[in-house]
Amino acid sequence: MSYVNAFIVGGLICVLGQLLMDGTKLNPAQVLVIFVTAGVVLTALGIYEPLVRFGGAGATIPLPGFGYSLAKGVFKGVDEKGFLGIFTGGVEATSGGITAAVVFGYLMAVFFNPKSKS
Amino acid sequence: MTRRLQTNEKKNYQKLVENTAPKPNYFTNCIWAFVVGGIICIIGQFVHNMIENNLGLTHLEATNATILVMIFLGAALTGLGVYDRIGKKAGAGSIVPITGFANSVVSPAMEYKREGFIFGVAARMFILAGPVLVYGITSSVIVGIIYYLLK
Amino acid sequence: MVALKKIGRQTIKFLNPPSILTTASIVGPKEGEGPLAQYYDEVLEDDLFGEDSWEKAESKLVKEAVKIAIRKAKLKIPDIEFMLGGDLLNQLMSTSFAARDLEIPFYGLYGACSTMAESLNLAAVLIDGGYADKVVATTSSHFSSAERQFRYPLELGNQRAPTAQWTVTGSGAAILTSNGNGPFITYSTIGKVIDFGIVDSNNMGAAMAPAAANTITTHLMDTGLQPKEYDLIITGDLGKYGRDIAIELMKKEGFEIVKNFTDCGIENF
Repeated sequence: MSYVNAFIVGGLICVLGQLLMDGTKLNPAQVLVIFVTAGVVLTALGIYEPLVRFGGAGATIPLPGFGYSLAKGVFKGVDEKGFLGIFTGGVEATSGGITAAVVFGYLMAVFFNPKSKS
Repeated sequence: MTRRLQTNEKKNYQKLVENTAPKPNYFTNCIWAFVVGGIICIIGQFVHNMIENNLGLTHLEATNATILVMIFLGAALTGLGVYDRIGKKAGAGSIVPITGFANSVVSPAMEYKREGFIFGVAARMFILAGPVLVYGITSSVIVGIIYYLLK
Repeated sequence: MVALKKIGRQTIKFLNPPSILTTASIVGPKEGEGPLAQYYDEVLEDDLFGEDSWEKAESKLVKEAVKIAIRKAKLKIPDIEFMLGGDLLNQLMSTSFAARDLEIPFYGLYGACSTMAESLNLAAVLIDGGYADKVVATTSSHFSSAERQFRYPLELGNQRAPTAQWTVTGSGAAILTSNGNGPFITYSTIGKVIDFGIVDSNNMGAAMAPAAANTITTHLMDTGLQPKEYDLIITGDLGKYGRDIAIELMKKEGFEIVKNFTDCGIENF
């Protein structure tokens, strides 16, 4: 069941992104910014959490899931460290992803060259 | 008077272009986005289940580890020159998942390698992904401040 | 003082029409598969052209195209008095480096899609004015170097809009001379920059169409010629969609130009 849920939730979030790109003048980078911010806000409002429970990876793998991790981390940080947690919580919770992006990104760029399109 | 006429003319032209420009095929694009985005999430779910069941991590830890793996996959497929081909068909289906985030980091890093490893690769790496971090982190801090004050 | 060689609002009439002596063109693999394949002097198998960056490859394209044109004319490089040309890149990188290697006195021009017309036009002015006898006009572009400068990295997984242009990988060169047997450059109408506020970089055809339509209609009015007197009226890179708009706009001005009107972008791919 978890696979079906992940497929549906993840698929639908991507369709939303597609509609935003095709229907408006937004480019991919703008859509990603909107999605990550929406993830933060929806998590803060308590809307994204049920979606994660239902969809599993379908909700955490798309970019709003990154916003979800940020917001969850901030809440946890504030609960544990008070004011300081506002600044440490978000990146702490997402540090793995950010570090992975930096390191893998760098390594891939060292090893591979872009290919021309045809 | 002439200036107003000109802006009118401009507006009319913009409208003409908007109405006559070939439209993207919403239906096929959405199906592709749905299927590819869904499949990427299924792979994510599979990775998650494997990690949670075999490595004895908590659910949250497994989620983080999954994101790590997915970023690696996205980065590797970009390096191999496969990801842009998926993206040509899938659109948002491969842009919105975290693998697309990895793609947006690796692709400029590779592209600008010829300008050197510091100002090329390292500096350009986040031209597309940087905004995501800036807005994501900033909005999370705003949310954190509100949460702190309400508590 | 009256400008003897100017007619109408913005057209030059050449009194000693320069002749096109030879032309040369080199294109990338994708263009080589297009309908014009048999007309190119050289089709590359690899768009890096044996270089280690696309910018260097583009520079080599220019250099080779100019050399082929010179060879066809049975001339030597020093016989060419001036070289006019440009490309899409910052500081006209590829053309400048080609000019450095060719050691021909060089005017660098930037007109994006209109660079070839611009260099031909000014080369013709130099010759008609009696300032030179043999001038080479050139332009170049490369899909991969342009894509990076104007749009997104190549490996980014984004979709191309249906109206997006595809930058040609290739270079063309033409040698103009003062005493040839034609074809001659007889008139040239210099266009205005016309901006109707189209901001979508994926729809350049629509952004450029008004200027193209305006230049063509002005040319016809200035010269008093009729569209049907031309074998072919051709624009740089409006694309299929931009051509349709241009036809529409010219119709409004009272010129029915459809049959003998085409676009390089349409012909190339």
